[in-house]
Amino acid sequence: MEFSILLAGFGGQGVLSAGKFIATAALLEGKEVSWLPSYGPEMRGGTANCSVIVSDSPIGSPILNATDVLIALNGPSLDKFTHLVKPGGLILADSALVHAVPERQDIRFIPIPASTMASEAGNMTFAAVILLGCLAAATQCFSRDSFEKALYDALPARHHHLIPAEMAIFDRGTLFAAP
Amino acid sequence: MSNRVLMKGNEAIAEAAIRAGCRHYFGYPITPQTEIMHYMALRMPEVNGVMVQAESEVAAINMVYGAAAAGARVMTTSSSPGISLKQEGFSYIAGAELPAVVVNIVRAGPGLGGILPAQGDYFQATKGGGHGDYRNVVLAPASVQELYELTVEAFNIADRYRVLTMILGDGTLGQMMEPVLFRDEEPVESFDKSWATTGTQGRREHNTIQSIYIEPDALERLNSNLQAKYRRIAEREVRVETVNCDGAEIILTAFGTCSRICKNVIRQAAEIGIKVGLVRPITLWPFPDQAIAAAAGQPSVKALLDIELNAGQMVEDVRLAVNGTRPVHFHGRTGGNLPTQQEILDKIQVLARS
Repeated sequence: MEFSILLAGFGGQGVLSAGKFIATAALLEGKEVSWLPSYGPEMRGGTANCSVIVSDSPIGSPILNATDVLIALNGPSLDKFTHLVKPGGLILADSALVHAVPERQDIRFIPIPASTMASEAGNMTFAAVILLGCLAAATQCFSRDSFEKALYDALPARHHHLIPAEMAIFDRGTLFAAP
Repeated sequence: MSNRVLMKGNEAIAEAAIRAGCRHYFGYPITPQTEIMHYMALRMPEVNGVMVQAESEVAAINMVYGAAAAGARVMTTSSSPGISLKQEGFSYIAGAELPAVVVNIVRAGPGLGGILPAQGDYFQATKGGGHGDYRNVVLAPASVQELYELTVEAFNIADRYRVLTMILGDGTLGQMMEPVLFRDEEPVESFDKSWATTGTQGRREHNTIQSIYIEPDALERLNSNLQAKYRRIAEREVRVETVNCDGAEIILTAFGTCSRICKNVIRQAAEIGIKVGLVRPITLWPFPDQAIAAAAGQPSVKALLDIELNAGQMVEDVRLAVNGTRPVHFHGRTGGNLPTQQEILDKIQVLARS
């Protein structure tokens, strides 16, 4: 069973870090993982994306031609990557920044005002964490416990005091997964 | 499983070098491999090692020459345009028979090109690049775990034969993160380096390290010795992975990132009833021509299809290995683009039908 997630947004929104949290959480659950960032010219234009694959067996190609989940943190990412989502797949979008709604009817679309919620919580980097909460609840691709451990693993110690607040906002994200 | 660490390919190379006993690193930054230098800048002081950001690639490779001549385990890393600048040094290192490890995280060329992944440096890596009759051992990892293991092995090969050993990666491998399982103890072999220029302390004639031989007979002797050494390497150091080759209709050949795309294609092809195999050279020099000839020679095989991130380089060695017994086709992408699984599968379907 192989599961892929494409995360995309502006540089600075924590897209690459969010991908690393997913990969770390899945690794802690004994899964095979790969994390591949964009580092090419598109990054110089201010957008960033990374693809994460989580699998029960060794991963062939780390390069995505299609994805189970798209997490879009800005409008251009939704426009650019919606066509890559597999039929029956899922799109999570930060609806504070993404105003469009995908036209496709064969996918599930969950808009979450993540940036607004993060701003109210006083830390803009929480926006991605809210979306990851919803991802975990909607797809079960990693557990809450693994995610919390992954934050301790992946973040430098000087940020560890923020983790309880991140888990609180992660939990608020899970509520959006309910059908 | 729990002690697997998520690491970038570039970081895994740097950590592997340190674990292999490398305490001297000289480099000059260039995308997409600069994380190696970042990592060395952090880690080398912790192990009493030296990391120097040289003033240029040419300076860095000559620092490598010096450290290798003094018997140190030494590495430099760069990406394609920087590797071109180092070629003169590679030739001198070959002539002086010095052990050194060089990493090329290839980007798209020619010229300054672009920073995205490519395999356009295959010819340069395997056929020389610098002047004169010499060979470098070239290893082509395909995962972050393999970047670690083959970097450690590169130091052993370099010391075993006093030869430059190159890790040929690409931007995808350098930038991606995958889990790495580190060994408790590295298989680091120790070697007699009584040839090194470490100072005589008054006890013996001084050693010399040189690549200049004015007398033709002396230079021919050096060349004969080098060629004998390269034959020994070709006999002993070939590494190759074969996947699903028994009874396959189509044999794919690919290295590095391309081989991983091919592994997915093998599964897709099976779903539509085409048996596809893969021969993945892990050493690009010495080239695994026997493994390719054996896979190609099966009665079931209709054709070979070579997949590369270039305009067709390794395919020449595949054709030499197959030696006309089967048609060898090629599909490549350039500019930093990667082939999709579908475009490879489309080619396979055409070949399987013919």
